[in-house]
Amino acid sequence: MDKYVKTPITAEVTEELHAGDYVYITGTVYVARDAAHKRLVEALNQTEKEFYAETGGKSPLQQSEAEELQRRLKETLPFPIEDAAVYYMGPSPAREGRPIGSAGPTTASRMDKYAPRLLDLGQKAMIGKGKRTKEVIDGIVRNQAVYFAAVGGAGALLSKCIKKSETVCYEDLGAEAILRLEVENFPVVVVIDREGNNLYETAVREYAKVN
Amino acid sequence: MIRSISTEVITENIKEMCIEANHCLSKDMEQSLKKAEAIEESPLGRKILGQLQENLRIAEEERIPICQDTGMAVVFAEIGQEVHFEGGLLDDAIHEGVRRGYKEGFLRKSVVGDPILRENTKDNTPAVIHYTIAAGDKVRLTLAPKGFGSENMSRVFMLKPADGIEGVKNAILTAVRDAGPNACPPMVVGVGIGGTFEKCALLAKQALTRPVGEHALVPYVKELEQEMLDKINRLGIGPGGLGGTVTALAVNINTYPTHIAGLPVAVNICCHVNRHVVREL
Repeated sequence: MDKYVKTPITAEVTEELHAGDYVYITGTVYVARDAAHKRLVEALNQTEKEFYAETGGKSPLQQSEAEELQRRLKETLPFPIEDAAVYYMGPSPAREGRPIGSAGPTTASRMDKYAPRLLDLGQKAMIGKGKRTKEVIDGIVRNQAVYFAAVGGAGALLSKCIKKSETVCYEDLGAEAILRLEVENFPVVVVIDREGNNLYETAVREYAKVN
Repeated sequence: MIRSISTEVITENIKEMCIEANHCLSKDMEQSLKKAEAIEESPLGRKILGQLQENLRIAEEERIPICQDTGMAVVFAEIGQEVHFEGGLLDDAIHEGVRRGYKEGFLRKSVVGDPILRENTKDNTPAVIHYTIAAGDKVRLTLAPKGFGSENMSRVFMLKPADGIEGVKNAILTAVRDAGPNACPPMVVGVGIGGTFEKCALLAKQALTRPVGEHALVPYVKELEQEMLDKINRLGIGPGGLGGTVTALAVNINTYPTHIAGLPVAVNICCHVNRHVVREL
């Protein structure tokens, strides 16, 4: 089923999305891949360490302390994580007069180690391609999030839906810097919905024949 | 008769080949996508195959790389033994061609200088170069930028002779099944059978540069290619891994003599953006 959604991707949006839906996204999407995720999580670890140093390292935290920690962790990140859509991508350089170069998805499994942490801080959508671990799927269900796949190897076509691109931070990472994109009707497919349905498994079973 | 070739000519050619490979796919690949769209059973699969062809059109007309992963540059250089190179080192000339091609062609710089320290070299060098010496006075260059979505899903299996051809089939299916949606299907599957640990991997990589639709000359290998393509397409993975009947566009297999104790098999997976440009100088 074709659906049109606007960012931010709230819980109300993900409620309507089911594995197999063809979705066109319009709005703001943040770009981050391997090296950027590593830095984001290192920054979170540092904030957490400082917080526990302040509070004397006791555990469990009281509710007010836990809320304060969440607030500080969100503030640590260089873009608003609440209801954010993050696109796993590293573009080729833009030619003059264009917002971006080729811009298709990269393999999401390399971000599996980091993704649950960001989902728990409020990120709602991931755009990439390929399989995810059980930990990520659990994170999707726990946080009412969604995993979209864009067509791998269609970077020229997908770049046409990107109207604006600016660097948020980590410029020194080159193609791995964090970007803020404005996209218009960016085409994706819901692969894992917030119920934990996984199109990669169901669709493959549908077309598999006995060998 | 010794023939002299300036290494500057090599650099210029490598530069142009990097840019060409990343914007225009060879005709055999284009045709195989068209054919795939005609036989794909899944409606979503057909839609994706249509988008991939549209993507190729946009890439060529608007000079946007086919895929943002413009790869690590793999170069096969077959050098006629009558050739003498003038100028700098041949190695340097090839790397310089890659450096210029990736800069001037607006291609992504995806190479880190050390696998653990991981600092980007910012010019996509070094290339991975494989030299062979051939008869004659020509230089045949094949440039194949390799993306890592599919490279990461490639495998080497050191089988036992007793595993035989069934073991080989099983290895190929295992690699493709495990790759699934990660390798950007529909894929081209390069297989190397025989040789040593590193030789079979090289055979598999070279197999990817053979045009789709062209089969091995050894009769049983040709049959194996056809059988494995059919078997892979029955796995159900489909375009984008979203289900369907076209998971691979071709299976290309190269073989080489091996040791009495071994049966090495390498499966080098490439996505549908199977880029290679060949030039003879």
